[in-house]
Amino acid sequence: MTNADRNTTAAPLDRSDNRLRDDQSFAGALRAFLDRVRSGDLGMLPVAVGLVVISLVFTALNPVFLAPNNLVNLLFDCATVGVISLGIVCVLMLGEIDLSVGSMSGLASAIVGVLWVNSGVPIVLAIFIALGAGALVGVVYAFLFTRLGMPSFVATLSGLLALLGMQLYLLGSTGSINLPYQSELVRFGQILIMPDWLTYALAVVPGVALVLGGLSTNRQRIAEGLSPIAVRLVVTKAVILTAALVFAGWYLNLGRGLPWMFALFVVLAVVLNYGLTRTKWGRSMFAVGGNREAARRAGINVKRIYLSAFVLCSTLAAAGGILAASRLASSSQQAGTGDVNLNAIAAAVIGGTSLFGGRGSAWSAVLGIIVIQAISNGLTLLNLSSSLRYMITGAVLAIAVIVDSLARRSRVSHGRG
Amino acid sequence: MPHTNPASAEPILRLREISKSFGAVSALTEIELDVYAGEVVALVGDNGAGKSTLVNILAGVHQPTTGTIEYLGQQVTLASPSAALGMGIATVFQDLALCENLDVVANLFLGHELSAWRLDEVKMEVRAWALLSELAARIPSVRLPIASLSGGQRQTVAIARSLLLDPKIIMLDEPTAALGVAQTAEVLNLIERVRDRGLGVIVISHNMDEVRAVADRIVVLRLGRNNGVFTADTSHEDLVAAITGAAENSVTRRQKSRAERDGQERPHDQR
Repeated sequence: MTNADRNTTAAPLDRSDNRLRDDQSFAGALRAFLDRVRSGDLGMLPVAVGLVVISLVFTALNPVFLAPNNLVNLLFDCATVGVISLGIVCVLMLGEIDLSVGSMSGLASAIVGVLWVNSGVPIVLAIFIALGAGALVGVVYAFLFTRLGMPSFVATLSGLLALLGMQLYLLGSTGSINLPYQSELVRFGQILIMPDWLTYALAVVPGVALVLGGLSTNRQRIAEGLSPIAVRLVVTKAVILTAALVFAGWYLNLGRGLPWMFALFVVLAVVLNYGLTRTKWGRSMFAVGGNREAARRAGINVKRIYLSAFVLCSTLAAAGGILAASRLASSSQQAGTGDVNLNAIAAAVIGGTSLFGGRGSAWSAVLGIIVIQAISNGLTLLNLSSSLRYMITGAVLAIAVIVDSLARRSRVSHGRG
Repeated sequence: MPHTNPASAEPILRLREISKSFGAVSALTEIELDVYAGEVVALVGDNGAGKSTLVNILAGVHQPTTGTIEYLGQQVTLASPSAALGMGIATVFQDLALCENLDVVANLFLGHELSAWRLDEVKMEVRAWALLSELAARIPSVRLPIASLSGGQRQTVAIARSLLLDPKIIMLDEPTAALGVAQTAEVLNLIERVRDRGLGVIVISHNMDEVRAVADRIVVLRLGRNNGVFTADTSHEDLVAAITGAAENSVTRRQKSRAERDGQERPHDQR
């Protein structure tokens, strides 16, 4: 049978089984979505619901919450912890954890402060050294985990203390180093905003990419005798996405506009998303997280996958620490302490990355951190003390993990792994 | 040696005097095994007979202490699982080793994805359908996660995966141990289809009926030694005797006492 007559006379290769329901129409897509949610495949739903609830509550309590400039500030704050959260997604994907990302970010900011401000090392070199320190810490964790069999929980918990100690040692008696306000680094973290036209241009890119990608996949699928994907659905999705992004851009532009720092965060998320979904490395990450032994027998170098995840996590934590330093214009003993760790982990989990490994996405860090920072920002606007903020953030993390566990149980009983 | 070798006179795989000892324990002693193209060899034996050790040697997990392995007429060493796989000896493990969170296509190509830096999903999906339809396998969609497939379907995916790299020999460790009646029949059909493609198949099983239904030759191991090669028309009793090492054994005693209790001779399965 040639491809041509397979298309015209018989159902496409992948649609020939009559047990398969057609989910290509709008109604079918909606039904498939509801089925997924019911069986515990929640995806981004908790985030969407969470954001709506948070916005309604905080706006009711203090209308400033939704003011454009407050949202711009929110995005600045998101970028710092968000980058750390991207790394957390990588280790959670393998069912492991890194509890030391907060300390790592603090250490990175201390390294940049000491080298750049105190010792006069060029800023770019200082940043690379800080990132290198992060990578090195990741290598150490991977060694402890894969060679010495130390649970990542314990390895990174001891790392939390050790790295914090190193941060305090580097900063010494002064305790904090102010970064020069006129420097590019601080301007990047506090002031630099995209021009309006660029914001709009970028807002259109994802939708266009979605449609073009869909059409090209479709051409390839039809050529190979597979059923085409539902172009109408892709176009609808793209239109909704573009409308939402253009509106968001317009709203932010009413205030200062879209921070470059947030754009950097999104670019990192796009790269990580590509890595996880479209490369052999990403496939191996999912496989190791889902069934380590199966991955090993399939010829995947499991140790190298763990190494890549721990190194990525610590390096991104260092990057987040540098962004935080630029945001605060200082490297201090407080950097990376407090709720940074938990916020980074909570963001990934709230966004839909499972603590149990094998499920997740880079976008979960982006959406999750927006939820977390919205809560934190709203509570700050209400002038609540940090004692209450900690309690509430703790409760949010607990709820996120409970949702994850229940959804996982439901997925298992519905055969969705 | 009473064997049928439909495809060729030369075996693809020839084991000569393979011994394996773990410390003072000899798990295998001077095992001989031939596998021809297009035949199903069943490997049977009691617990501790050395079946798993032999499978592990062929899969490259263990190295034999002494003895030679000839593959396609060449003497080879199977140094690692990937070496064995690369040479064309594929293994389907008892626990299947599938990732439940990934879909059928991802599992089939795990570790051998097409274009590592820009996964070619369409090509992989087409190849997956081709593989599954060659096996006449009934999987509703290759985009379903493994978690939603039945035991038989999972076995199918595992067997299809072992065929991905065009092996010469595939080894199945207890392929039907966890399956129901209908699914077992499906997997047996699958084994025959794989054989008809000209592959050598080694099946390890405890189920005598199933072994006699699918195997061209039955190799019995007992306490790490060869204990006879039989054909599919060997009687149940003879096989059991070879496996347990005596005509008078716990299985026959039990059957006898049962037959006496029922007051009738138990029907012999003579084919």
